[in-house]
Amino acid sequence: MRAFTYQRADSPAAAAQAVAATKGAKFIAGGTNLLDLVKLEIEVPTHLVDVQDLGLDTIEETDEGGLRIGTLVSNTALSAHPRVRRDYAVLTRAIQAGASGQLRNKATTGGNLLQRTRCSYFYDTNLPCNKRQPGSGCAAINGVSRQLGVIGTSDKCIATYPGDMAVAMRLLDAVVETVKSDGMTRSIPVADFHRLWGDTPHIETVLEPGELITAVTLPRPPGGRHFYHKVRDRRSYAFALVSVAAVIQPDGTGRVAFGGVAPKPWRVEAAEALLPHGAKAVVERAFADARPTRDNSFKIPLAERTLAGVIAEARS
Amino acid sequence: MEFNAPAGENLFDKARIVGKSTPRIDGPLKTTGTAPYAYERHDVAPDAAYGWIVGSAIAKGRITSMDVEDARNAPGVIAVIAAPETKPVGTSPYNHAPLFGGREVAHYHQAIACVVAETFEQARAAAHLIRTRYDREAAEYDLAELAPQAPLADGGKALHKRGDFDAAFDAAPVKIDATYHTPDESHAMMEPHATIASWKGEELTLWTSNQMINWGKEALGQILGIAPEKIRLDSPYIGGGFGGKLFIRADAVLAALASKAAQRPVKIALQRPLIFNNTTHRPATIQRVRLGATRDGRITAVGHENWSGNITGTDGEDGTAQTPKLYAGANRMTANYTATLPLPEGNAMRAPGEAAGHLAFEVAMDELAEALAMCPVELRIKNDPGAEVPGDPSKRFSERHLTRCLKEGAERFGWSKRKAKPGQVREGRWLIGMGVAGGYRGAPIQKSAAGVRLSGDGMLIVETDMTDIGTGSYTIIAQTAAETMGLPLDRVRVELGDSRYPVSSGSGGQWGAASSTAGVYAACLVLRRAIGEKLGFDGDSADFTDGAIRANGKSFALNDAGEMSADGEMTYGDFQSDYDLGTYAGHFCEVAVDAYTGETHIRRMLSVCDAGRILNPLSARSQVIGAMVMSAGAALTEELAVDRRFGYFVNHDLAGYEVPVHADIPHQDVVFLDTLDSVISPLKAKGVGELGICGPGSAVANAVYNATGVRVREYPITLDKYLDRLPAIG
Amino acid sequence: MSDNEHFSVSRREVMAGGAATAAATAIPVASARAAAEQAGQVPTMPVAFEVNGKKVELNLDTRTTLLDTLREHLKLTGTKKGCDHGQCGACTVMVNGTRVNSCLSLAVMHQGDTVTTIEGLGTPDDLHPMQAAFVKHDGYQCGYCTPGQICSAVSVLEEIRQGIPSHVTEDLTGTMQPTRDEMRERMSGNICRCGAYSNISDAMSEVAEG
Repeated sequence: MRAFTYQRADSPAAAAQAVAATKGAKFIAGGTNLLDLVKLEIEVPTHLVDVQDLGLDTIEETDEGGLRIGTLVSNTALSAHPRVRRDYAVLTRAIQAGASGQLRNKATTGGNLLQRTRCSYFYDTNLPCNKRQPGSGCAAINGVSRQLGVIGTSDKCIATYPGDMAVAMRLLDAVVETVKSDGMTRSIPVADFHRLWGDTPHIETVLEPGELITAVTLPRPPGGRHFYHKVRDRRSYAFALVSVAAVIQPDGTGRVAFGGVAPKPWRVEAAEALLPHGAKAVVERAFADARPTRDNSFKIPLAERTLAGVIAEARS
Repeated sequence: MEFNAPAGENLFDKARIVGKSTPRIDGPLKTTGTAPYAYERHDVAPDAAYGWIVGSAIAKGRITSMDVEDARNAPGVIAVIAAPETKPVGTSPYNHAPLFGGREVAHYHQAIACVVAETFEQARAAAHLIRTRYDREAAEYDLAELAPQAPLADGGKALHKRGDFDAAFDAAPVKIDATYHTPDESHAMMEPHATIASWKGEELTLWTSNQMINWGKEALGQILGIAPEKIRLDSPYIGGGFGGKLFIRADAVLAALASKAAQRPVKIALQRPLIFNNTTHRPATIQRVRLGATRDGRITAVGHENWSGNITGTDGEDGTAQTPKLYAGANRMTANYTATLPLPEGNAMRAPGEAAGHLAFEVAMDELAEALAMCPVELRIKNDPGAEVPGDPSKRFSERHLTRCLKEGAERFGWSKRKAKPGQVREGRWLIGMGVAGGYRGAPIQKSAAGVRLSGDGMLIVETDMTDIGTGSYTIIAQTAAETMGLPLDRVRVELGDSRYPVSSGSGGQWGAASSTAGVYAACLVLRRAIGEKLGFDGDSADFTDGAIRANGKSFALNDAGEMSADGEMTYGDFQSDYDLGTYAGHFCEVAVDAYTGETHIRRMLSVCDAGRILNPLSARSQVIGAMVMSAGAALTEELAVDRRFGYFVNHDLAGYEVPVHADIPHQDVVFLDTLDSVISPLKAKGVGELGICGPGSAVANAVYNATGVRVREYPITLDKYLDRLPAIG
Repeated sequence: MSDNEHFSVSRREVMAGGAATAAATAIPVASARAAAEQAGQVPTMPVAFEVNGKKVELNLDTRTTLLDTLREHLKLTGTKKGCDHGQCGACTVMVNGTRVNSCLSLAVMHQGDTVTTIEGLGTPDDLHPMQAAFVKHDGYQCGYCTPGQICSAVSVLEEIRQGIPSHVTEDLTGTMQPTRDEMRERMSGNICRCGAYSNISDAMSEVAEG
């Protein structure tokens, strides 16, 4: 961990300005992912701008009947919010399927969206990794890749976005609100927030340097029955092999997104339209362009079987 | 004293303290965070500088250059120890991989430098400034490729035959022939290897985390080229070891070297991502088991071949270890091959050999039972070998109650409800299955010494270099001393882990409990005699109870003896070599497998154990449940994933190497049979800490099969290995 | 996969170390930080917070984690370092009444906070009920993960009382109950390699039942 300076910002715009003004500066909120990476010098910030005093830690009702979630709302607080539990249960379920109680207490809404991949080669600075060191190569493609991506990957990187919360947010059509260093704000649908790796796997989101997430808004609740089935090797405190987030309506239609398979929460609207035809139809369509490795090709049948279980449960 | 004949009736047969469930005497310290572990000794080294170890970026080859200037000039840096500038340290008989020095790299994350700085943050930052260039040497890292050419282990002697296995197997009307794979596994103890080193002139003190104090002292002398008498090791509390802390590792070596260079105490803890490749692991195995039987289930042929690898081609993981002991069968063959495999050093991990061996052999027994259409409990009972060791007729069992374990376990577990045909029990989306396994682990015993001292004010102090790695040594030693000297438990204080104390057995091979308590008993007997001489009675026949002594109709108070001390040691006579000393268990498990996803949940676990006198049922039970947890991990989740191009374990942290968590483990039941083994020691007690990892994983595997009808012979049994063989989904 | 040829094993010379990583992340060296470092200094900051009821004021290297502050500066070594990466839970403490991994938090982020460590729960002569229950049920072996387990156990019962749901909660809108399954799931961020889980569950149940 290299030396860095540290400051606390007192307004979102000031925070954005501080990060934009200092090369190598980073925001820090919960710090649960950033400090992990800083210790390994995968991230080497020169300056940290702590955003914990910005007051962005409330959940408010929107005029449209949705929720506006401040970026600093902890994973625990978000999952425990009465409206979330009642109307957006898939979000509560997804958050509670991730990490541990201690980490969820500290991890924030905005920070969780920015969680970086867990690829073992990304984590080991002795190994080539195009995400960590552009142009160095991808050790994962022919390496140990059981946990890694099967779709949306590239021949430069097969890492996944490892989180759970964002999978539910994608399903709920959430929108990320940001502020830039010039004070301009914008709204980015979660659908567009994470980038596919392509030739630049080190660029993971559409955020500009210094752009700060201030909130995530959820539109009106989608109704239906909510499911988040996360499949992993141990029963808790592990990253997904595959996760399935679903909202299923009484008539069998609904929405489906997959986690643990791609650089972003993987939702294909044309595929979920096939829900009434069953899991096989949905997965065949959603994963039509999949390029799995030998190690992780099981993820596609696993996604199908997991979704089949969800559909069966929805019908029961 | 020498234990040279089976024990007769003695004071432990009418014990008041030994054998009673007793909360640990160190419990209040451990639960309040006041028990000091190695890295935490601010009391002895308040001015310690901080060391950080750099690991090699390649698995095999040579360092061509190492630039340490930026690190040396970095803020707060006191010293940088660079391998190319350092003559390779010596070796000890306990380790295989080189520990430090020179340009040759033998395995990934081998220590190649150590930075010492005023603060932890400075040492870590400066370590990242070291730039190293290497010539990488290509090598084969795939055990499956190397196995066919691997030589027999033990210098070609690891082939044991009895009768004519080939002919008997050929002729057997019912037989199975199956090959199993167990992966490399990591100890993953919660406390990283850690040491504070301090020199006073030529005398070196290490506050460290080590299971075997005297081995460590001798080995470090050889490694550093100094007389062992100049070295003191102190490990009063050890945050888990499981074999990973049997030996001196890089933290101790580099703390010593760095402390010399920095001229002040230096503390080093191996950073977690370094531990998996820098230290030792349980090597992977490939095991072929062939069993032949008559149609009524009498085993006639037992063949078990094992292949593993290690960095020097010696001391692999011998999965055949239990096979000569478990079941009858006149025609037998076991063979153990070890390849030279330049992965990090393989070495002892909890029940080395047997833990991996049971995962193959006890599943093969399940497969044979199915081929015979026989209950797997019945098959094991039918092939109880009686008094003679099936693989070594020159020995007989001292005590062996496996059949009782299985019968009692089956009764308690509700085994009769198990459906023999797999895949028959369904609860909603869950496929339910039950599994059983037998368990055997040797009961080695080692000489062990202790000192005991009466303080004059009613306290008895026991001192021995024995360690407590979570096993409960403090408490069973206190119980033993209290029993022998006739004192209440709270009048005994136990001091462990210091090499200035008499040399004990140490903690390993599940010998610690039996050996160290016998040593303490020996010391107490010496003290009793000395008290008797002082006060005028025969210490051996006197009755010591509740602080009072009654002898020849006279009464004394123990305090009458004043301040006194005695050392004693228990050694063992040749008579034991006529026996096989072992521990046995029947393990039972019920699992539920998600018919959709293949996720496995363990619902119930039971182990019925036969291990002689149980000194403290409370902590012994903990040993067994903990081993059951580790065995469940071996069955379902644990695997060091090998990158066969680069030759290292990829998932080298606690997120990637998945040990069981709370949610994986249900309530566990343990039953101890009321057996005594008079051949082992005067206490008639054997260890249980490794017995508990010999078989539960096999019971899990057999339960998964019973639930699903899918046999996975490659551990861990993760869902990707059988998803395509689960029932079709609608 | 032409990329892989860049680092195929046949490429004999390999370089590794800090510089390679620095190049990767393209961080300019010209900064106040670098200047300070060259002058042999590292950025430090004052921070004040409360630990176990006592106010502490420290001037710390900004990189110092809350965990290392407790262990190395305040000599409160009851809080353990098992992995330093949020993967084991041995460093669990309570900050402002909520359990967190102290290894993944910088001390300077805790200005004005209230921290409770295992030493603040009880002492050997005056055990907290959860500590006493761990002793009674042998909810530990080597003891290294134990302080973190106990801090989590106390917090878990509180989180259930507060109605915070978990991965195994069936009815998200109902009342939370301290069932064995709830406790096991919520404790899963605290790894015990000795495998004392079943006993910890017994200890927690006893405390939960009062």
